[in-house]
Amino acid sequence: MRLILTIVLCVAWTLPGWAAGPTYRLEPRRIALDTYVFEGAVEHFTQENGGNILNSGFIVTDEGVIVIQTGPSLRYGEEMRAAIAKVTGKPILKVFVSNQHPDYFLGSQAFADVPIAALPGTIDGIRVEGRAVTENMYRLVGDWMRGTDAVVPTEAVLPATQVYGGHRLRLISLSGHTPADLAIYDETTRVLFAGGLVFSDRAPTTPHADIPRWLESLDVLAALDVAVLVPNHGTVRSDGSAISQTRDYLDWLTAALSRAAEGGLDMTEAMALGIPPRFSSLAVVQEEFIRSVAHLYPKIEQSVLIKIN
Amino acid sequence: MWDDMRAVILGGGDVVFDQRVRVTAPANAEDALNVPVMVDASGLDAEDEVEEIVVFADMNPIPRILNYRPAGAKPLIGFRLKLQQATPIRAAARTRDGVWHVGGVFVDAAGGGCTSPALAHSDPQWERHLGEVQARAWAPAADGGVRVRFRVRHPMDTGLAPGIPAFYLESLAVRDGDARDLGQIDLFEPVSENPVFTLEVSPSAGSRSLCLTGRDNNGTPVLADIPLSWRQSALP
Repeated sequence: MRLILTIVLCVAWTLPGWAAGPTYRLEPRRIALDTYVFEGAVEHFTQENGGNILNSGFIVTDEGVIVIQTGPSLRYGEEMRAAIAKVTGKPILKVFVSNQHPDYFLGSQAFADVPIAALPGTIDGIRVEGRAVTENMYRLVGDWMRGTDAVVPTEAVLPATQVYGGHRLRLISLSGHTPADLAIYDETTRVLFAGGLVFSDRAPTTPHADIPRWLESLDVLAALDVAVLVPNHGTVRSDGSAISQTRDYLDWLTAALSRAAEGGLDMTEAMALGIPPRFSSLAVVQEEFIRSVAHLYPKIEQSVLIKIN
Repeated sequence: MWDDMRAVILGGGDVVFDQRVRVTAPANAEDALNVPVMVDASGLDAEDEVEEIVVFADMNPIPRILNYRPAGAKPLIGFRLKLQQATPIRAAARTRDGVWHVGGVFVDAAGGGCTSPALAHSDPQWERHLGEVQARAWAPAADGGVRVRFRVRHPMDTGLAPGIPAFYLESLAVRDGDARDLGQIDLFEPVSENPVFTLEVSPSAGSRSLCLTGRDNNGTPVLADIPLSWRQSALP
């Protein structure tokens, strides 16, 4: 019996998660010339996935590496940096963070020695909500977060086209998913890092959403000539279908909630509404729909209640 | 824990756990300041009339949420509340025989809802809007109940946010056009800021509007006439 226990302990000790803590096992996937993506799970933040639900990425330019999103934790940022170093010996030039949500920026401590750039609205959002958001991530994913603190980005992005080592990056300032959404379009490879605005086979999230502005932003992205689209969550695509899928869901969501409010439904009843079958292919759609009702319904129902005094 | 809650909140009387008291709330509180809850005890009606519904959250620093006495209404109430941490949310419906029928759900929450200052305090003009009502009533459904929803502007301060004393609506009542009591709500601090309620009332046939009255713990009155628009014509 004691022998068995010893063997079990020895084997367990060699597994990740014991001695060195858990690991994300990040593997970069090459999606275009010089361009790589770390694909996250199409799930919610859980103790099992450690918050690895985002598609982060990097571009290896002649001058150095451009990193796009830093992931949900210090550990993720460190693993990401180690994985990049296996692909190229070039230094990291700059990090871009597309919005203020935790999985986009909480790995930034691992890149503290390089400029971390974000839109001014994102910088403000992280400054105001970063701490609370970080604490909630500890609650949701636990020990994966060890040592993670919110880092406020150090450089404000202005919408412009910048050239880094042969790659012309168009920095597009949009909004709607959050108050400030940065999309990065590489004119050289026609790869679009769409940031938080585009979901692919994964239900959109709406905690900071302004849906009319979000739909306008999708129009801007749909007009680009894109060879590869990297959505923030879900499948990387070689066409714009993820943009229309995101738009279809947001259109339905707003119409369904307006109808519910107009019909006098309570918020709990709106949460129980049926989701059309065409969205059943979107991961976590049931959970996200319920969250979206919590985010959007108070304002929508106010618009149908009549001011009395 | 449950024994304490039972003694403190429900006092005496027999208690049975009863699935006919349906408490609906999301499993995760996306916004700890606004957790939607609906209590529907109409499953008990066939057996006995529900006189009072008491809603409470075991782990909240202020566990009492509200009491509802549906005199001329379905034993159904929708509202939102503030949660400080993950907790069961329970509703106890007392039938005329004095028995408490208890139902509930568990809601996970990041928390902080009860100790956060109301958003109203970021607006220097908030007092000007105190007690304002937005409301609407919907024509009766097949079962004859009039769905009414109303929102009352009020910070609903719990007294647990530093430097802000407890300041909250204590009572709301709905009457029909004949001044007949339809339902009374006792509110406690955890009810959300600018509370929104959903009720289903049975006003008299001659009622052209519902009367909502109430007051907060400083004595500020609430008064609003909610039109039953389908019963009002252009002619007097």
